[in-house]
Amino acid sequence: MCASTLAEIGPAVATGATRSAKQAITLSEHVIEIISDSGEGAQRCGQSFGAIAARMGNGVWTVEIIPAEIQPPARSIAGASGNRIRIGTHRVTNGGNEANLVVAFNEQVLLGRVRERELKPGCTVLLESMWRDHPDAGIAAAYRETREQLVRDGYDVREIPMEQECKRLVSDPRRGKNMFVLGMLCSLYSFDLQLARDQVAFIFGKKDQNVIKANVALLEAGHEWAESNLDFKYRIPAARATEAQIVVNGNTALALGVMASGMDVCAMYPITPATSASHYLSEVFENVGGIVHQAEDEIAACAFAIGASYAGKCAVTITSGPGYSLKQEAIGLAVMCEIPLVVVDVQRGGPSTGQPTKAEQGDLLAACFGSHGDAPKVVMAPSSIEDCFYSILTARKIAETFNMVVVVLSDANLATSQQPFPRPKFNEAWLAPPVNQDPVPEGAKPYDWDPLTGIARRFVPGQPNGMHTLTGLAHDRLSRVAYDPESNEEGLRHRSLKLAALQKSLKTPPLFGGEDGELLVIGWGSTRGAIEEAVGRLRAEGHQVSSLHLRFIQPMPGGIGEILKRFKQVMTIEMNWCDRPGDELIDASNRRVSALAMMLRARYLVDIDCWGEVRGQPLKPDAVCRVISNKLVQGRR
Amino acid sequence: MSTRAHECLMRMYLEEHNLESYQGSIPRWCSGCGDNAILTAVQRLCRDEKLRPEKTVFVSGIGCSSRLPHYMKTYGFHGIHGRALPVAEGIRLARPDLNVFVTTGDGDCCSIGAAHWIHAIRYNMNMTVMLHDNQIYGLTKMQVSPTSPKGLRSKTTPRGAFLEPLNPLTVTLGIQNASFVAQAVDWIPELIYEILSRAFHHKGCSFVRIIQRCPEFLPELLDPWLHDPNRTLLLTHEKGLQVSASLSRVYKNQREHDPMDIDRAREIASAGDPIPVGILYHNPSVPRYEELHAIEPLRTPELIQRGLEAELDKFTIWPQEEAG
Repeated sequence: MCASTLAEIGPAVATGATRSAKQAITLSEHVIEIISDSGEGAQRCGQSFGAIAARMGNGVWTVEIIPAEIQPPARSIAGASGNRIRIGTHRVTNGGNEANLVVAFNEQVLLGRVRERELKPGCTVLLESMWRDHPDAGIAAAYRETREQLVRDGYDVREIPMEQECKRLVSDPRRGKNMFVLGMLCSLYSFDLQLARDQVAFIFGKKDQNVIKANVALLEAGHEWAESNLDFKYRIPAARATEAQIVVNGNTALALGVMASGMDVCAMYPITPATSASHYLSEVFENVGGIVHQAEDEIAACAFAIGASYAGKCAVTITSGPGYSLKQEAIGLAVMCEIPLVVVDVQRGGPSTGQPTKAEQGDLLAACFGSHGDAPKVVMAPSSIEDCFYSILTARKIAETFNMVVVVLSDANLATSQQPFPRPKFNEAWLAPPVNQDPVPEGAKPYDWDPLTGIARRFVPGQPNGMHTLTGLAHDRLSRVAYDPESNEEGLRHRSLKLAALQKSLKTPPLFGGEDGELLVIGWGSTRGAIEEAVGRLRAEGHQVSSLHLRFIQPMPGGIGEILKRFKQVMTIEMNWCDRPGDELIDASNRRVSALAMMLRARYLVDIDCWGEVRGQPLKPDAVCRVISNKLVQGRR
Repeated sequence: MSTRAHECLMRMYLEEHNLESYQGSIPRWCSGCGDNAILTAVQRLCRDEKLRPEKTVFVSGIGCSSRLPHYMKTYGFHGIHGRALPVAEGIRLARPDLNVFVTTGDGDCCSIGAAHWIHAIRYNMNMTVMLHDNQIYGLTKMQVSPTSPKGLRSKTTPRGAFLEPLNPLTVTLGIQNASFVAQAVDWIPELIYEILSRAFHHKGCSFVRIIQRCPEFLPELLDPWLHDPNRTLLLTHEKGLQVSASLSRVYKNQREHDPMDIDRAREIASAGDPIPVGILYHNPSVPRYEELHAIEPLRTPELIQRGLEAELDKFTIWPQEEAG
C-alpha cells in the first residue's frame, strides 16, 4: 500500500562507467548508515556527513547507532557503532525507514544491522575488504562467507580497499579511515568538496594544522577514489532555508534551553541517555553564570534542585527512567510544598535497567501519576529537536507561574538525533525574573490559595515577614502542620486546581491532515515525524486518516473530545508496550493498552485502540503506514 | 533609592532581636526530650548572633528532631526522610547570603540519608549540621537505629540489637574534607551553646553530634553517664573550648586536645567512653564547594544572551553570514 519513499526520478545507473560517463541519479531522499567497531570513528564520520548535507541545504536527520558497552569486542555483531543519516530535499522529521546504502568497516557489524532488519533488502553495501586476506584464517573465512551470503541475498556489495588506500597517507589507518569514507560519500552524493573541507577543519578546529591537513588529505583521497572506482552517483537536490539554521541533537537542544531559560542550577547524576545534556551544559553553563552540580545520587540531585528552587529560582534536574523512579519521593515533596521544579526524563527502555541506549516511551504514566498520593504535576513531551529547546523555556515558565513540577519527557531517539532547525532568536522574556526579596505584606499567608486557580504566592527566604516552615506534611494556609480533614482537602483541592488553570490556557493542538475522517492517530513525543510522514503519504493515496500530536499530556488541552467525535476510529501509536490482541489470553477484559491510550480512554470514554512498538528503535514511517493501513481495513469490515 | 537604602540600614541597626524573635510554634516534643535543650541553644545563638530571621533557614528531614524548624520563627524547610542535606546544599549554592542550619537525627542522617552525610562532609558547604542522636527511632515508636547500642531491645529487635553501633564521629572524621567535627551532650546545655556557636562561625560544613536522651523510649539509657560526671570527657584547648569554672567543678575529667590534630581526634572519637564533649577537629582552610563552583551573582540578560549566542554560533550551519 505504501509506495517506497525512495523516488528515483533520474536516469538509470550508467554501467561500466568511466568518470565522465557517470551521471548522478537524482533522489528525493536517501538513508545512509556508516558502521564500525567502537572507536573507529564511524559516528564522527556520520555526524560530519549529516552536517555537510545540512550545509548543502538538505533536510537531515541523523541517528546514533550506539552499542551498550563502551568497548565491545572488535568485529562483534552486537558491537555496531555509527550513525544513520537520512538526507532529503525537504525538511526531514525522523530517521526514516531501512537504510538504502551502508558503509561497513567490517562484515560482523554489518551482519548485526542485517539481523536487526535495519537495512533495505538489496541495498548497496560498501564493505571494507581488508578482511578478505586476513592472516587469521577464521576471520578471512567469516568475511568471505558473509559477503557471499549477502550477495546471494541480493545485496549490492562493493568491496572497498579502505585500509589499503588510507595506508598510502597515514601509518595507522584505523584513525583516519572515517575521513576517507566521508570523502567517498561526498563524491557519491555529489556534495561540494569545499564544504566538506570546511567541516573537517571545524571538527578538528582545536587541534594543530597538521592534523587538519592529514584529515583533509584522507577526505580528498576518499573522494577521488570514489570518483574513479565507483560506477554510480546520486544527487539529492537541496532547498536552502532562508533563515539561519542550527544543527544539534536533542540533548544539546535541551541544554541550550536550560541556558536560555535563565535557570541557575542543573543538578544531575550520570545516567544514559540523559547525561550528554549535562556534559554539554557542564562545558558552557558557567559562561552564562550557571552551574551543573553532579550530586552523589539521583535523589540528592532532585533534592538539591528543590533546595535551589526553594531559595529563589527554578532549577532543573535531568535524568532517565531509573533515575526518575528514584526521584519520585522528592518530586512529591516539591508538589506538596509547591516548589517550582523542572524534571527532564530522557526516556530509555525499561523497566529496571532495561535498554539504556535505546528509545522507548515507557515513562508516561510514571510521570503523570508517579509519587505516592495525589501529586498533580505538569507533563509535556517535545516532539522534535527544536521542541527540546523551546520545551525547557515553557517548562521553566509554567513551573514558576504555577509553583509546580513540570516533567519534560524526551527520549533516546531525540537525545542523540540531529536535525537542522531555525536558529533561536534570543528573547529576554525567556529568562526567569530575579529572586523576589520584597517584604511580604502584613497578613499574607504562605499558602494563600486563589480559590479560582489554586495558585498561591511563594515566599522566598530573604523576604522579610515571610518566615514560615515549609513542610511535606499536610498543612494549612499558614504552612502549619495540619491533620484536620478540612485543611487536607483544601490543600489537595488547590494543588489540583492549578492543573485546571493551566489547562484553560492551552490551545487545542492542531490536526495534521483533515478535520474528520475514518481514522485519527494520536501520538506524543518523539514519534511525531514518523507518524505525520506516514499519515501524509496515506492521505496522498486518498485515505481519510489524520493525526494529532500532544505536547501537553497533563493537563490535556481542551477540545480533544470534540475532535475524537469526528473520526470513526481513533488509535494511539506509541513506543511502549500494549498487549497484542492476537495473543490467546488477551481480550477486551484484560488487554493492557498503551499509556496514552489508557489516559485518553479514561478521560473521553471513547474506545481508543493502540499500537505500540518496543524494539528500541525509532518508529519507521513504513511501519506506521502498515499499522494505519491495517486499522483502516479493520474499520471497513 | 538612597533614602530607602539608608532607612533599611537604620532599621537593621535599630532592630532588636530577643529570644521571642526566633520562637515559632510551641514545641510538641515529649517533656525531658533532649531536642528541647538543642532548640533553646539554637534560639540563643540566633539572638546573640543577631541573625536576621528572614535570612536564616533551618532545613530538616523526618523524625522527632526534624520538627525543629517549626519551632523557629525563621524560614524552615521540613522535607523528606534523609534528604535534608542535599536540600540545604541547593539552598546554600543558590543563596550565599542565607544562614543555613540543618537538623537531622540518627535515623535521618546515619541510616536513610547516610550517602548524603558522607558527601555533605566532602562538599564542605557553609552550613551548621546538628545531628540529634538519641539512638532510637522515636517518631515511628522505638525501632533500633544505627547508633543504638548492641543488645538494645526495640520493637524490631525484641531480643536485642544484633550489631555494634555506628560511630558518627569516626565516620565523619574519616571523610575527606571534614572541616569541623564536634560533640555535645544534652545534659550540659551550656556546652551545646558554646559548641554550636563555634560551629556557626566556622566557614564550611560544621558537623555537631549531640547525644540526647529519649525519655519516652530509652529513659535510662544514658543514666550511667548522667550519674557519673567522670564519664564525660571535656576537650579543652585555646583553639577549642574553654570551660567555665563552674562547669569545671562538676566535670573534672578534662583533656587538652588541639582541634587541628586529626589523628588524635580520631583516637578520641574511637574511644567512646567516657563520652568526649568538645571540638574534635577544626580545620578552617578546607575549601568550600560553593567557593570552587559558584553561580555568577550578576547574571544579567546580556551575559546570558552573549553566552547563548556564542553557543548558537558554533551550531549555525547556514547561511553563515547571517549567524552571530
